[in-house]
Amino acid sequence: MAKGDPGAATRSKRAAPRTKRAAATGEPELVQLLTPEGERIESALGPDGTEYRVDFTDEEYRGLYRDLVLVRKLDAEATALQRQGELGLWASLLGQEAAQVGSGRALRTQDMAFPTYREHGVLYCRGIDPIMPLGLFRGVDQGGWDPNEFKFNMYTIVIGAQTLHATGYAMGVAMDGKTGSDEGEAVIAYFGDGATSQGDVNEAFVWASVFNAPLVFFCQNNQYAISEPLERQTRVPLYQRAGGFGFPGVRVDGNDVLASYAVTRHALDNARHGQGPSLIEAYTYRMGAHTTSDDPTRYRIASEVEAWQAKDPIARMKAFLTKQQIVDESFFAEVDEQARAESVHLRERVLAMPDPEPVTMFDHVYPNGSPELDEQRAQFSKYLESFEGSAH
Amino acid sequence: MATETLTLGKALNAGLRKALENDPKVVIMGEDVGKLGGVFRITDGLQKDFGDQRVIDTPLAESGIIGTAVGLAIRGFRPVCEIQFDGFVYPAYDQIVSQVAKMHYRSQGKVRIPMVIRIPYGGGIGAVEHHSESPEAYFAHTAGLKVVTCANPQDGYSMIQQAIASDDPIVFLEPKRRYWEKGPVELDAPLTDAYPLHAARVARPGTDATVLAYGPMVRTALDAATAAAEDGRELEVIDLRTLSPLDLTAAYESVKRTGRCVVVHEAPGNLGLGSEIAARITEECFYSLESPVLRVTGFDTPYPAARVEEEYLPDLDRVLDAVDRTFGW
Repeated sequence: MAKGDPGAATRSKRAAPRTKRAAATGEPELVQLLTPEGERIESALGPDGTEYRVDFTDEEYRGLYRDLVLVRKLDAEATALQRQGELGLWASLLGQEAAQVGSGRALRTQDMAFPTYREHGVLYCRGIDPIMPLGLFRGVDQGGWDPNEFKFNMYTIVIGAQTLHATGYAMGVAMDGKTGSDEGEAVIAYFGDGATSQGDVNEAFVWASVFNAPLVFFCQNNQYAISEPLERQTRVPLYQRAGGFGFPGVRVDGNDVLASYAVTRHALDNARHGQGPSLIEAYTYRMGAHTTSDDPTRYRIASEVEAWQAKDPIARMKAFLTKQQIVDESFFAEVDEQARAESVHLRERVLAMPDPEPVTMFDHVYPNGSPELDEQRAQFSKYLESFEGSAH
Repeated sequence: MATETLTLGKALNAGLRKALENDPKVVIMGEDVGKLGGVFRITDGLQKDFGDQRVIDTPLAESGIIGTAVGLAIRGFRPVCEIQFDGFVYPAYDQIVSQVAKMHYRSQGKVRIPMVIRIPYGGGIGAVEHHSESPEAYFAHTAGLKVVTCANPQDGYSMIQQAIASDDPIVFLEPKRRYWEKGPVELDAPLTDAYPLHAARVARPGTDATVLAYGPMVRTALDAATAAAEDGRELEVIDLRTLSPLDLTAAYESVKRTGRCVVVHEAPGNLGLGSEIAARITEECFYSLESPVLRVTGFDTPYPAARVEEEYLPDLDRVLDAVDRTFGW
């Protein structure tokens, strides 16, 4: 599948026998189009009766698989780099590839995304060089991409803060008159289950609702906020919160890239057509640590992890492609080789990332500068130059 | 040139109106800023004339006001947020110091947040708690924010326009006890001719001691100078106007002439702006000083009940006492 827009697959007019199913994995009202065993489900119903389906070409299926494998491999490389002391920290997306690739590929070129610090898969789908977030975690910058160019905002570390930014941006989209047609713009805000406890997220829900903002709240419920389980954040399924704020909510199998794509595309299209916000709860599991700083064996049991292992997003896509004879074995080998080569390339480039010149810490504090800061910069430069043989 | 006599409140209203007229991307947002015109009526009539997409009544949540304004700014708007009272800004504190202040830095200059956060601040109006605070040090301490405060109608009119036109995120502090004080305002002068936003100004020239004040205390300092003059002592009063960056150029020049300096603010003294100012003046003017730099400030208590606020707030007598002390060294 080409990077970008795989077509309006959810609005297929194809006359095919329809089977309406929901809750295929036993989770309540979980939209699913691909079972953990790799069985394709033709269509699935959301809690409000919306029918979700996708109609990808074989090439698009292969593209989604390639995305999943690549982002997992690049993520694994980053984890390894952290373990070897090359990154100060890494927030792994392991297990969440389908939620990120599915939603990321559902975005159209004109749509704007507001991520947390874990959305490396969405970043990849936006066409951003995967090395970009590594600068932040290596400590050489705070994220190097241009949010305006790629329509993908800076990573936000403070939990939930970006949901308000997304809401304001979406209000601006509406104020600019950029909704109401298929060419309309939509906005997506990423956050986790822990963030739903934050005031900012709840304020964002209120704002988006009363201003009818063209916004999709995309919650990756990966079951844990560092060590705290979902039960410490909520007593109701998260997607049901949307109802109290006055917009629709839906829970999707976040380990199913097809369903994640379908519900996100539908919600984005509703938003761009002027139908306001919605909440997607992508029900998934963080297979690794919250970040490389914590130890998940302290707070969760092996059997739980194993149960989720069986729902792996890549394995089920692989099973589907094989069963449907969409690919042959050489395809998987070719994708694996591409992922290996890209991760080696990533590693080489990370190791070559230079430390910034110390005096650059004074850059970009203010668009219009500050005399106080100019003086500090001058004094600090002079101080550095005072060392004999200094490189600075 | 049309010079009118306006209150500070009306001057701010006129400045906001000008900004809305001049740039279609300017939006005003806050609680009750629309039909009501704000609790102090600073936005009076603006929604009627510019519509509810330009003057936006928001839900009642301060973090939401600032956080959504960040998104609007990223989208290309120039939001002017009103926080209803000083003591209500704290729920928005995270958005202001962690997001508004740092977006430009974090993005290496690619994202600009040209935003103004208006806060009516300070005491002296007999209000209940949380309605009389002076939070300027919190914001001046945060790199990435600029902090200014006006002390008279002319500055209110031009500084609010300058702040809105600036790409820097600016905390704009309005001395609420001075909203009803009148002064001349040149309404038609081009903004480019206005006194620079980030520069202090001598409010009253003098030779014997320097009094530094800003916002609501400028009036108090000027009153003290008038009283001192009757006793034959000429005080130079400097209106700082800009708290971050601090412009002490005029202060250094003045203190080197007078040899004496008193800093006045309403906020508690402990780690207040006065501490920073005293330290810098000591570093810069050490050989000219005849006595230590003294501070006249609020006390290190929560803002007290209204019936004792006149005792809490620095007044003419406390300023003059401090000036006397600088002569006693």
